[in-house]
Amino acid sequence: MKKFTFAAASAVAIVASGAAFAEPQAEVLHWWTSGGEAKSVAVLQEEFAANGGTWTDMPVAGGGGDAAMTALRARVLSGNAPTAVQLKGPAIQEWYEEGVLADISAVAEAENWANLLPASIAAHMQCEGSWCAAPVNVHRVDWIWANADILEANGIEMPTTWDEFNAAAEKLQAAGITPLAHGGQAWQDATVFETVVLGVGGPEFFHKALVELDQDALTSDTMVAVFDQMRTMRGYVDDNFSGRDWNLATAMVMNGEAAFQIMGDWAKGEFMAAGKVPGEDFLCASTPGDGYLYNVDSFAMFDVDGDDKVAGQALLAELIMGPNFQEVFNLNKGSIPARTDVDLAAFDVCAHTSAEDMSGTSERGSLLPSYAHGMALRGAQSGAITDVVTAHFNSDMSSADAVQMLADAVANSM
Amino acid sequence: MTDMTVTNARSGGLSKIALRWILYILLGIFALYYLMPLFVMLTTSLKSLDEIRTGSLVALPRDVTFDAWRTAWSGACTGIQCEGLQPYFWNSVLIAVPAVMISTLLGAMNGYVVAQWRFKGANIIFSLMLFGCFIPFQVVLLPMATTLGKLGLAGTIPGLIFVHVVYGLGFTTLFFRNYYVTIPQELVKAAKVDGAGFFRIFWSIFLPLSLPIIVVTVIWQFTQIWNDFLFGVSFSQAGTQPITVALNNIVNSTTGVKEYNVDMAAAIIAALPTLLVYVVAGKYFIRGLTAGSVKG
Amino acid sequence: MSEWLERHVPKVVLAPSFVAILFFVYGFIAWTAWVSLTRSRLMPKYDIEGFIQYERLFAAPRWDTAMNNLFIFGTLFIVISMILGLLLAILLDQKIRTEGVIRTIYLYPMALSMIVTGTAWKWILNPGLGIEAMVRGWGYEDFKFDWLVNSDLAIYTVVIAGVWQSSGFVMALFLAGLRSVDGEIIKAAQVDGIPTWRIYSAIIIPSMAPIFLSAFIVLSHLAIKSFDLVIALTGGGPGYATDLPATYMYAMAFSRGDIGQAASSAMIMMAVVFAIVVPYLYSELRAAKND
Repeated sequence: MKKFTFAAASAVAIVASGAAFAEPQAEVLHWWTSGGEAKSVAVLQEEFAANGGTWTDMPVAGGGGDAAMTALRARVLSGNAPTAVQLKGPAIQEWYEEGVLADISAVAEAENWANLLPASIAAHMQCEGSWCAAPVNVHRVDWIWANADILEANGIEMPTTWDEFNAAAEKLQAAGITPLAHGGQAWQDATVFETVVLGVGGPEFFHKALVELDQDALTSDTMVAVFDQMRTMRGYVDDNFSGRDWNLATAMVMNGEAAFQIMGDWAKGEFMAAGKVPGEDFLCASTPGDGYLYNVDSFAMFDVDGDDKVAGQALLAELIMGPNFQEVFNLNKGSIPARTDVDLAAFDVCAHTSAEDMSGTSERGSLLPSYAHGMALRGAQSGAITDVVTAHFNSDMSSADAVQMLADAVANSM
Repeated sequence: MTDMTVTNARSGGLSKIALRWILYILLGIFALYYLMPLFVMLTTSLKSLDEIRTGSLVALPRDVTFDAWRTAWSGACTGIQCEGLQPYFWNSVLIAVPAVMISTLLGAMNGYVVAQWRFKGANIIFSLMLFGCFIPFQVVLLPMATTLGKLGLAGTIPGLIFVHVVYGLGFTTLFFRNYYVTIPQELVKAAKVDGAGFFRIFWSIFLPLSLPIIVVTVIWQFTQIWNDFLFGVSFSQAGTQPITVALNNIVNSTTGVKEYNVDMAAAIIAALPTLLVYVVAGKYFIRGLTAGSVKG
Repeated sequence: MSEWLERHVPKVVLAPSFVAILFFVYGFIAWTAWVSLTRSRLMPKYDIEGFIQYERLFAAPRWDTAMNNLFIFGTLFIVISMILGLLLAILLDQKIRTEGVIRTIYLYPMALSMIVTGTAWKWILNPGLGIEAMVRGWGYEDFKFDWLVNSDLAIYTVVIAGVWQSSGFVMALFLAGLRSVDGEIIKAAQVDGIPTWRIYSAIIIPSMAPIFLSAFIVLSHLAIKSFDLVIALTGGGPGYATDLPATYMYAMAFSRGDIGQAASSAMIMMAVVFAIVVPYLYSELRAAKND
């Protein structure tokens, strides 16, 4: 009898709430599945639930989102798009052009996103003037990580030019230490490549070559010099680098088998997980040259039917940009908040450097999108460049040939 | 085969014994080759993460711990839920069992028709179906997604069953056809004279003879469907994802801390049903292939 | 009416499967052919633009590598799996007491997907972690086994893992074949004093011709579809040295948003399949006619 009353009461409650407002619903497709990342997303889910929403999780990991994008295409084609999808860079605009994204301008304008985000990052979130995605974080890609003890023992300072880097590497090699920990996967090769382009060519050259795909820049002597530096660095990598996961490369730096690693700031999480302290056990610095290569994760909202889902999208967008989520998530993830007004007191030294550099480079115009992480170019073009970069790095191709191949590949990808 | 070796052993002396030894050593070496990856997976799954970080990857564990197994089954994060492989395991069962049953039954019927009830054009139809085995699955993803959407099966378990049945038909038909072709046509003729119809003959004559080839087909289909990732990831949605997708979520996350022991334990758990099928039914597998005399 | 039904029931039974295959295989191939003539990017589009995608495909050095690799990998994978499978089957056919156990050991890799075993293989073949390190640890400092990290040799490690996965199945096929050879003939040969190896090479193996054909078809189907294997083991690397057509197509369609290009590569793959399967089907049909 008691049971019955309870059931009846809750049924009434459900009907009543259903009549009053649409309960926010969201099915979220993302590829943050490892322990730390999953916990970070769980923060968002909890906030979502606390605001009366129902979160359905649709995680698909693998290949930096390749598998998730496969699932997304299938879902969209079958007319069953997820509510929110982890998407980034020009892919957002590409999907917008397919006419499948929802407009979240109402939330963005109410929350004043335009003033909270650096201009170049805000631009990524907009599709022809309307807001179509919400940014989660800013990863910096052009980091160089170092083992503090090794540098000290060999009397080496963090390099500020590529020549200094080369000199340090020679010294380390002479001392029998692998200078550069690297994993030979195409995206890691591309990560190193873009930092070299930035360092050797400068921010303007980077923009011309890897954002505008200017043929003159791609075939210039500067680009030849970039490939020369890549060839030099190939000599600083140990013999077994091929196919190595990035975190194993990080472990090499941690364990003192190698001195440096060039990798985005997700590598920091790996150091932290092993109980290492930034500034003491390991050092972080931007790679040589002025500039800041950002990799911004964001969620795009897809066109869906149903008031509950639309309400879910609005709530989700609001929460993603909320200061609490931005702080908690990024503390876990190694990145910094996308919105610039979050208090960074709880963050570490590296994050502080990242935040200062972001505002500095933003003013100087050298806050640039990472090509290797899909922020600068569409898939076909960035893929074509990566093919050449990785083919060059993993063979004895000459720099001149590589430059020619690069120009051809970019032209062929259009 | 006949007792060839027995004769040999009797006629031979020392050299025969030596040959025997060489035979066993050869078999042993190959066994090592096949067992190596499983060994690495097993030992890694029993180590602590510290030991993996510091020690050799191919060494035996110093301290055996089953924590990784527990985590993989019920605690590993596959997204924001950290319930391990458990929930996905049942999805896979719900997909694989009906799909295997339906595709096997259809394959048996088709094979029976193609092998025993030849009509004009039957061979061409069979060839066309066989060719279907070869289509790379990546090719069909996008049009299939559209079709499933139209059928209202997008993201559902029946949708996944449907896809697996369709692309399993070529192989199941091939297996049964090659098996039934060896059964003399006189059998059908005699039964027809006795007044038995198409289905009677199938149920009461052919099906009872089919156990070996059913075993082969079921093993093949179950392995294919259980291990499928591409269809599973493309045609599922939250709540219907099969175990391979969850495994992939655990193993292939790109920017987090890697727990190799959990990865390996998860991998073995995901593979247990198929391993079990091979271990238990392996004997019947060979028998089934023998009975069908695997005619090409 | 019932007589008509009786006569046509076999066709009625076969019809649903046939229609399904017609639509889901041939219809989809036609769809792919159509898309390969368009400029589809992120999502399929249907405005025909001519053969531009094929021109792009043949201008891409990576596609050349992929096709070359398919040739190397396919040939070695099929030949080695066949030889190894036959060898193991013959060895196992010598009245081995532990046959059940050994057979299961040889057969189990077929049960595992490469998502599962890829990482283990990656470690084993990695010079710094696996076999090379182990043998060096035993004191053989000059031992070298670094194929995985060598652009020219990495494709052979894919063969090693591929053979590992499939040769057991081929062994099972051959073992079944050996078991079904007529015992009387062999007895007669033994009575005549013909040595064992001659019995195998002259009588048993030639009688298994159909099995070679079955094995060939199963293996070539696996070779062409090989995808997980490469992704899990090398990710296509070093560089794109181990790319295969299937991985190329997947990369184009799903990570690069270049669906037109993916469709054109799929059509070339289908042409390769066609070239392999049609002779087989032809021989099948002829054999059936002769029955």
